[in-house]
Amino acid sequence: MSAAEPLFEVTDLVKHFPVKRGLLFDREVDRVRAVDGISFSVGRGETLGLVGESGSGKSTACRAALQLIEPTSGSVHFEGREIAGLSQRAMRPLRREMQMVFQDPYASLNPRKRVGQIIGDPLKLQGEASGTELRQRVQELLERVGLSPEHYDRFPHEFSGGQRQRIGIARALALRPKLIVADEPVSALDVSIQAQIVNLLADLQEELDLAFVFVAHDIGIVRHVSDRIAVMHQGKIVEQGPAADVCERPKDAYTKQLLAAVPIADPREARARRQTIGSA
Amino acid sequence: MSEALLSVRDLRVGFVTEAGRVQAVDGVSFDLAPGEVLAIVGESGSGKSVTAQTIIGLTRSANSRIEGSVRLRGNELLEASEETLQQVRGEQIGMVFQDPMTSFNPVYRIGSQIIEAIRAHRPETSKRDAHRTAIELLDSVGIPDAERRVDDYPHEFSGGMRQRAMIAMSLALEPEVLIADEPTTALDVTVQAQILALLERLNRERGLATILITHDLGVVAEVADRVLVMYGGRVVEQGTLDEIFYDPQHPYTWGLLGSLTRLDRPRLERLPQISGAPPSLLDLPTGCSFRLRCPHEFNRCAELPGLDARLAEAPGHCDRCWLSPEQKRERRLVEGEIGLGEPAR
Repeated sequence: MSAAEPLFEVTDLVKHFPVKRGLLFDREVDRVRAVDGISFSVGRGETLGLVGESGSGKSTACRAALQLIEPTSGSVHFEGREIAGLSQRAMRPLRREMQMVFQDPYASLNPRKRVGQIIGDPLKLQGEASGTELRQRVQELLERVGLSPEHYDRFPHEFSGGQRQRIGIARALALRPKLIVADEPVSALDVSIQAQIVNLLADLQEELDLAFVFVAHDIGIVRHVSDRIAVMHQGKIVEQGPAADVCERPKDAYTKQLLAAVPIADPREARARRQTIGSA
Repeated sequence: MSEALLSVRDLRVGFVTEAGRVQAVDGVSFDLAPGEVLAIVGESGSGKSVTAQTIIGLTRSANSRIEGSVRLRGNELLEASEETLQQVRGEQIGMVFQDPMTSFNPVYRIGSQIIEAIRAHRPETSKRDAHRTAIELLDSVGIPDAERRVDDYPHEFSGGMRQRAMIAMSLALEPEVLIADEPTTALDVTVQAQILALLERLNRERGLATILITHDLGVVAEVADRVLVMYGGRVVEQGTLDEIFYDPQHPYTWGLLGSLTRLDRPRLERLPQISGAPPSLLDLPTGCSFRLRCPHEFNRCAELPGLDARLAEAPGHCDRCWLSPEQKRERRLVEGEIGLGEPAR
């Protein structure tokens, strides 16, 4: 494996969902081209931002890339190894290397399990730790994400949205992954908490040399966290490049439209922009 | 003061919950003039939605205790009968909520629901006239091919179209006030921009007064005339749009402004954050409710500051912070930009 080789490389990934009709025999009458031939790569310790509006296919792209759903076609390489089409069994040892953080911290944690179990289960399942060692590892993880070791025996409902997202991050970190795919990790959180989570992810990235795919519709946050940005629209990546280039010198018409729609949190600038648009 | 269309004075809303009594809204006052857009900004539990719901009588229950005064053109709404309130809702005050997916009944056509709203309040309107009005309304909020789409079911509309249809329905009876609770939060930015432009046009053309509830300061900057910043059930700062953005007085406002990711500014190494979490209303600290998260806390903060005008040049700009205006102007600057800042040495 050469140093220049990307950690995670997705080539021509396609995920179509068939639309079926028929009484006795389902007949495919159409297909939804949710992901329609996209390519991107992420290097070690790098963050790729994936932006797009609802229905653009960004979440489906992530799930298909991680083999959580079966891609229709295309190839996905992790550390140089093809993982598209691998069986669940063959994927299992690789799962620890690539983890996900989900959007809704209320829906993504099992309400009946204690925090210690939620974070510890991946370690147990992968045979990494058990007993007191397991407890210790989990407590270290809790501290690392800014929670307290005493939270081990609590239930998710005892935590705020921001704290729950920290639990989700601790769970993702448990197996020391190299890649974390975070699907809208801050969009369900209060404004004052979003920055905390974004900063936590940045710290963890630096400390652990993590690669991130950061999926979000908020292009402001994406620009802040990403080294490179890919813009998705109708199942395709319409533009991809260094974060500053995409945000400051967009080439694609859709990217321009997306950027122009973001409100400017500065009344004078907002007024000036309205006037230019009004007179144009 | 006589020109205020809607006047809210010392509004207090308390609820009895299983876990104890909470004061969800604790002394909110404001006036709304025709054509004005007032933004109420805050996080979960700040009391912004409860304030709006109480204005139209949606929080009345055996478990709630509502005090203060809400006057619409001089008429007290808090003591109004449920009958009167039903008239007020829709006819004088329109409402738009966050979730365009659940605001319509899925089994009736969009048009039928608008027609029903019109005929419930104006029984003398013929079905045909109401149908025509529904088409005009949908057309006025930018639904393409309104004549045909009026017979669509809600699921046939996209999220943005549904929110526009919701706005159309809330305007059916030509209310003077629109309460919009996070109207664009569930929408994509390109759709959000269209909805905001629509609201702005309605304010301008019809003199519609709007209470816009949001957590998004970008949206506020685009449409608001005045701003209330709420925290833990209280207004911590209120002023004109420019006062709040360019001369903010409360550390919480600084923190909110500082943690924005702005595309028109250079990217920061680290996003300025407010530590801790919004307080639980069951367990508010004594004194200033923000003090446990505030790097500028000092002994006086254990006593609740009043919402007072503290600047001679801006009598309408009020805040709840004990720091002197000079201290504020100095401490809110973080590398030349407004931010929450660090504790003073």
